[in-house]
Amino acid sequence: MLDAKDLECIRGDRRLFHGLTLHLAPGELLHVHGRNGSGKSTLLRALCGLFTPTRGEVRWNGSPITSLREEFSREVLYLGHKAAIKDDLSALENLRIASTLDGHSLAEEQVWQALEQMGLRGFEDLPSKHLSQGQKRRVALARLLVSRARLWILDEPFSALDSAAVEALQAVIGSHLAAGGMVILTTHQEVALTQGEVKQLRLGKGEKGYV
Amino acid sequence: MFETFLAIVRRDLVLAVRHQSDLFSTLFFFVIVVSLFPLAIGPELETLRLIAPGVVWVAALLASMLALERMFAVDHADGTLEQMLLTPYPLALLVVGKVFAHWLVTGLPLVLMAPVLGLQYDLSLQALGVLLLSLLLGTPVLSLIGAIGAALTLGLRGGGVLVSLLVLPLTIPVLIFGAGAVEASVSGLGAEGHLSMLSAILVVSLFFAPLATALALRISSE
Repeated sequence: MLDAKDLECIRGDRRLFHGLTLHLAPGELLHVHGRNGSGKSTLLRALCGLFTPTRGEVRWNGSPITSLREEFSREVLYLGHKAAIKDDLSALENLRIASTLDGHSLAEEQVWQALEQMGLRGFEDLPSKHLSQGQKRRVALARLLVSRARLWILDEPFSALDSAAVEALQAVIGSHLAAGGMVILTTHQEVALTQGEVKQLRLGKGEKGYV
Repeated sequence: MFETFLAIVRRDLVLAVRHQSDLFSTLFFFVIVVSLFPLAIGPELETLRLIAPGVVWVAALLASMLALERMFAVDHADGTLEQMLLTPYPLALLVVGKVFAHWLVTGLPLVLMAPVLGLQYDLSLQALGVLLLSLLLGTPVLSLIGAIGAALTLGLRGGGVLVSLLVLPLTIPVLIFGAGAVEASVSGLGAEGHLSMLSAILVVSLFFAPLATALALRISSE
């Protein structure tokens, strides 16, 4: 499980949030709300270890992630604003390399299957620079299908996706949660997953940064 | 773990092959700079033989600076660098992979081309051999030290010039021992001492530079 205690993040000379405490147990989804510039992305980056918070610490199963490092990286999958897609590589090559870097090599079969499931049939061998914004996003999201990470940290995963892809992504996230995974995401769209039984966190002035 | 290292090397080589303009710009710069000197100075073999080691080495140094900025910049821009920071492997290992691929693409062609260019300077066969060997030991050091500079200036405007300003002073020992090896061989003193020093510098930088680069990458991508 993931715990953050008394987090404070400062960028430049602006304090984005302080005293933020959260707790995420297996099977839970945390939806982070907030205006543009309220520190959503910074919070997500701090939770996966890309950004060092000014105060406070993030713990994974009770140990600080700064001491776990590689061990924690194995458990977490982060998808940021940038899709991490190489323009000169095909969807197939991109997905293979991404999963090798995630720590497990995929069989040819699995890669094709994941891409087909993301609706990229017929586009597997095309250099990614010829893909549309939404299709690139789908290549990036195909990593979720082959991932073994327990914690998914997704920054605006629904942006640039059409309604079919949004539905597919919701199903993927749903089954990850059902299997005992954890998800933290930000989105401005209201989708089925962001309502009901999920933890909500609001960042910004006047809001209580507490779950 | 070794598989990841190979995956990074293979990926960067594939990218370099698909983006050939990057591949040749360093080599052409090197070839042109080295060839300009005999044209400007004139065909006095005595003078040419004297300046050859210095010219070739300075040209190699400047040519390798050209490509440094791109080492991590593209990965930083498209977000793959963030993913590299989040792999379950030591970041320094991935850095070694990237530097190795970078050297294969930008450093090795210079090493192989240098003896051919050395002919313009009327160097003896033995001196050409020492030149090749000294570049073979020295250019990886340039890539390794350059990686630290490239990582530190990541995302800064005008990073290219800054990298050169940061890295060039640090490469002075490589220049001294590299050019010195060829000079020693030309004057019949034997190049072993200089080459051993270059090897020592290579070993030390192979150990420390990736660690420093990894740290710099973490800081720059916050």
